[in-house]
Amino acid sequence: MSRGSTWFAALTGVKPAGFEPASVLCADAKVGDERARFLSVVPNSEARFPRARGGELGLEEGWAIAWYVREVMSDDEGDRRAIIAVVDVPGQPYGYHEELLGLNLALAASVNAYAGARLAGHPVIALVVGRAISGAFLAHGLQANRILALRDEDVEVQVMSKRSTARITRRSVDELDKIAREVPATAFDVGSFARLGALHHLIEGVNADEPGDADVERVRDALAGAISSARQDATDLSSRLESPEARENRSASLRVREKLAEQWNQ
Amino acid sequence: MSAPSIPRVHFTELSARERAKALLEAGTFRELLGPFERIESPHLSPQGVVPQSDDGVVVARGTIDGSPAVILAIEAAFQGGGIGEVSGAKIAGALELALGDAEAGTPVRPVLVLETGGIRLQEANLGLLAIAEVHAAIIALRRYVPVVGVIAGPLGCFGGMSIAAGLCSYLIMTREGRLGLNGPAVIEEEAGVAELDSRDNRRVWDIMGGEQRVAVGMADTLTEDDPDSVARAVREAFAAGLPERHRSAKVERYETRLGVIDSSQELDGQKLRSIWAEERR
Repeated sequence: MSRGSTWFAALTGVKPAGFEPASVLCADAKVGDERARFLSVVPNSEARFPRARGGELGLEEGWAIAWYVREVMSDDEGDRRAIIAVVDVPGQPYGYHEELLGLNLALAASVNAYAGARLAGHPVIALVVGRAISGAFLAHGLQANRILALRDEDVEVQVMSKRSTARITRRSVDELDKIAREVPATAFDVGSFARLGALHHLIEGVNADEPGDADVERVRDALAGAISSARQDATDLSSRLESPEARENRSASLRVREKLAEQWNQ
Repeated sequence: MSAPSIPRVHFTELSARERAKALLEAGTFRELLGPFERIESPHLSPQGVVPQSDDGVVVARGTIDGSPAVILAIEAAFQGGGIGEVSGAKIAGALELALGDAEAGTPVRPVLVLETGGIRLQEANLGLLAIAEVHAAIIALRRYVPVVGVIAGPLGCFGGMSIAAGLCSYLIMTREGRLGLNGPAVIEEEAGVAELDSRDNRRVWDIMGGEQRVAVGMADTLTEDDPDSVARAVREAFAAGLPERHRSAKVERYETRLGVIDSSQELDGQKLRSIWAEERR
C-alpha cells in the first residue's frame, strides 16, 4: 500500500477502495470534535491513462480533486469544513495524451478548487507523508493555509526527481548532493524544505510506513492544531513569509515585495 | 521599382521589456525594480551561473485603454524564463499589490506575458513556493478584475507557470506559442521517443500550439504575431469583463470532455477537435 493509502485509511477509517477514479480517495472523518474532508492521490494500476498509474497527479486526478473540494464548498454554508490533502505524489505524468488533453488545465482546476476553498474560509491543510514533487504538489498541497509534514527520510519535497535533475543539469547525483548541502532549496529532504519557512509544523517520531494508534493520534492532534490556527488567521498564504525561517532563507522574496510596494504608486 | 517595404515587427522577436512597452499605451511605461536597481538572484553565482540584474522578469506600470495596468513579462533569453526566488517574487508581489488595489476599489489591469520553461532548477523549491504564491494571487485577484495571459512564443509556457496560464481569465496566443505542463524535451527524456519525438515540430505544435489550444477552448484568442494585434487582443479581453465562469472552474464540462475520450485510441489534434465539437452539440 502506498503511504497515501495507508494514512488515508488510518485517519478516516475508510478502506481505500471502490473510488471512481480509483486513484483519488475521498472521505469525511473526525479531527478533534469536528468533521473534515480527507483527499489522497494513490497508485491505480488500471488507470485509464497509463502514464498516471503510479500515483502521479494526472488528468483524471486533477479534475476529481476539484470536484470533491467543490462539493464541500457547495454543501457547507455556516461551518466551513476543513479540507485535508494527504500528500504522497511522485509528480505529474509525462505523456502525449496528457498534454493534448490539457494536463496544465487539470492541475489548474485543483489549484483553483483548493485556493477557492481557502479564500471561502475552509481551513485547507496539507499533510505530507511521502513524496511531494513538482506540479503534483502545486496541485495537491501547496494552496493550503497550513502545511504539515512527517519527519522521515522518505518524505521528499522537490521540483523534479533526482535522476531527472542530474540528467538535465548535467551533474552527477553526488554533485547534486553536495550543492544541496549549501543550497537548501535544491535538497530533497524535508528538513531542508522546513528551512524555507513554509511548513507550519514538522511532526517528529512517527512511523510513516506502518503507523500505530499512537502515531495516528499524534498526527490527528497536529491536524487539529493546524485547523484551529488556520481558522484564526488570514485566508491568504502570507503566514509562509512571516515565519522566522522565511525571514532568514527567503529574504529576497521579502525584499522584492518591500521594494515593489515602495514603487507601486509613484 | 518597388515601394520600399516596411519591415514587419514580430511580437515574438521583442524582448520582455519591449513587449511590456508594446502592450501599454505609448509613453506610459514605467518599470518597477528595473535593471539599474540590481535586485538579482543571490543563488546563481554560488552555482557558477551569472545572474542578471532584473532576474529575467520585467514589472511595468502604465495604462491600457486609459485604465491603470501592470504588465509582468518574463524574459525567455535569461535562463529559459525559469522562475527563481526573485523573478517569482516580482510576479507574485506585483499581483498581490494589484489585489490590494482591487480590494480598495481601484482595480489595476494585470497582464502576464508568459515565456518560460518552468521552475529554475538551481533555485528549485524557492521557485516552487513562488509559483504557488503566483497561483494564489491570480485566483484572489480574478474575483475583481480579469487576469489576462499572453503566450506568444517562440519558447512557450511550461511547468508551474502553465498552471498559472490555466488560471488566467483570458489567454491570448499566437501560432508560434505553445502551452503545456511538460515541455516536449522533458516528455521525451522521461517517457521515451516513442511517446513524443521532441524534434517533430509538426506533432509538437499539433498538440500544444496556439492554434490547437484556441480550437479546443484551452485558450481564448489566436492573434497575429505583431505588437498591434497582441495589444488589441489584450484590450478586447479587458473590455469583455470577467468571464461568467473561469475555465479552471468548469469541472463538469471537462469531466464530460475527458469522459468521452477513449484512451486506448491514438488521438491527435484534429481528432480531438472533432470529438469535442461533437460533445458540445
